Amino acid sequence: MQKIMVCIKRVVDYNVRIRVKPDGSGVMLDGVKMSINPFDEIALEEALRIKERGANIEVVAVSIGVADAQQQLRTALAMGADRAILVQSDVAVEPLTAASVFLALAKKENPDLILLGKQAIDDDANQTGQMLAAIWERPQATYASKIEIAAAKATVTREVDAGLETIEVDLPAVITVDLRLNEPRYVKLPDIMKAKKKPLDVTSLDALGVSAAILLKSIKTEPPAQRQKGVMVKDVPELIDALKKKGLI
Amino acid sequence: MHKILIVGEHDGKGLNPATAKCVTCAKGIADADISIVLLGADTAAVAAQAAALAGVKAVLRVDRPENLHPLAALFAPQLAALAADYSHIFGPSTSFGKDLMPRLAALLGVPQVSDLMAVESAYRFRRPVYAGNAIVTVEADPARKLIATVRVASFQAAPSGGSAAVESKTLNVSLPSHTRYVGAKSGSTDRPDLQTAARVVSGGRALGSAENFKLLFSLADKLGAAVGASRAAVDAGYAPNEMQVGQTGKIIAPEMYIAIGISGAIQHLTGIKDARTIVAINKDGEAPIFEVADIGLVADLFQAVPEFEKLLGTS
Repeated sequence: MQKIMVCIKRVVDYNVRIRVKPDGSGVMLDGVKMSINPFDEIALEEALRIKERGANIEVVAVSIGVADAQQQLRTALAMGADRAILVQSDVAVEPLTAASVFLALAKKENPDLILLGKQAIDDDANQTGQMLAAIWERPQATYASKIEIAAAKATVTREVDAGLETIEVDLPAVITVDLRLNEPRYVKLPDIMKAKKKPLDVTSLDALGVSAAILLKSIKTEPPAQRQKGVMVKDVPELIDALKKKGLI
Repeated sequence: MHKILIVGEHDGKGLNPATAKCVTCAKGIADADISIVLLGADTAAVAAQAAALAGVKAVLRVDRPENLHPLAALFAPQLAALAADYSHIFGPSTSFGKDLMPRLAALLGVPQVSDLMAVESAYRFRRPVYAGNAIVTVEADPARKLIATVRVASFQAAPSGGSAAVESKTLNVSLPSHTRYVGAKSGSTDRPDLQTAARVVSGGRALGSAENFKLLFSLADKLGAAVGASRAAVDAGYAPNEMQVGQTGKIIAPEMYIAIGISGAIQHLTGIKDARTIVAINKDGEAPIFEVADIGLVADLFQAVPEFEKLLGTS
């Protein structure tokens, strides 16, 4: 194992309350706090832990997004990534395009392992890792809650609907990570200073020969239907009565 | 006419109910001609179940020993070999479908609509984004094949009563050896399946321990309910991951959902908002769960739950 590539997406922070624009053209993003997609942060943490256990492993953080996505890559560098690449794009790319960009980077970088979150918390698509593995013609292990690397293979425990499943994949491979894989470290101030000196290259879709096709057109964005606030009961016997009235027990 | 292929989910013995929900979703498309494909080592039994779903015209069996476990790297190229005849290929938005369908879409070079929750037309759909805090209407290009995962909580299961033709397919596809199944650990239980249960009792961090979750199991057994948990409870180790309900766990739509000691983080509410009736028991009257609950009770769960169970017995 020599190199791990970690794909990072800049998204609206986990704690921000999402508001839909009144004209239905999307959600409000002006002045909203942006962060590393939390699942990608877990992917980066895992890469750093693998690096810390081994010798001479380089961790490369890559992202696709607006110029300001450099902020998230600087955070990744402060966490411990060795260098970063931003593929700058002012338009949001779809998962298939993102996978094509990461494929182009993978062909340049030849990583042994690509780690990314199982989904981004903005579009919730849950596609990019699987698509990347498909077009890279390499194995995929999605929803990882445990990763063991030995020789040229990874043994991955996956969170599936029925419980936990373990598969073994030959490297290079794409692994998408789930919530319980690890708890990402906090960034310390000296590391933020050090990160400023680490290399961060900026390139473009054009330079990588990828076009940002719009395959799925967004027609409109609406707030979800709200549930009506119900009734409060004062004790358990009243609760039983209310359930009986609704024919539920 | 739109020829729609549904990738059936099964464990070799039973067809997962998510498949019947995908059929209902596909029926929402005008002039749908619906087929189900089953990949497995021996799909005879599940093919009979799939053929009985009303509205299904054909069931394709792709049996080979390598298909014993559903590995996306092996299933996707086989599905790609079948894809030419279909305009749409749907799979359930379960861990099986979410793993497999994007790999198929990328092999075909076409987009995927994830978590399809409503059909507006053959190429226009609604899906949730931002943990369900916004619903986006997307439109795909009719000139391309379309892959989708179907948000199963949004659709009722198709009834039985059909009698589709069952056909065995032999595909000349070489499969990679780079991905191997090792094993599985499931909390097998006699309780109803969380994803499809009519009643669900769910616990949060306020339960305080795995031991205290027994209170919920006991109540659930009395109600014939499945048991779920919030992410906080799973993270704390009180319940296994397969019990997690919410944005990153299971998204469910039971007739009755009883949230016990769950504060109601937005990510949790995403997983339950299609429930017919939500009941909440929580000590904190300000908990956000009460904003969405149909029936709320502010009470100490350690007193209310045993009392609830006891009164159920006498009613």
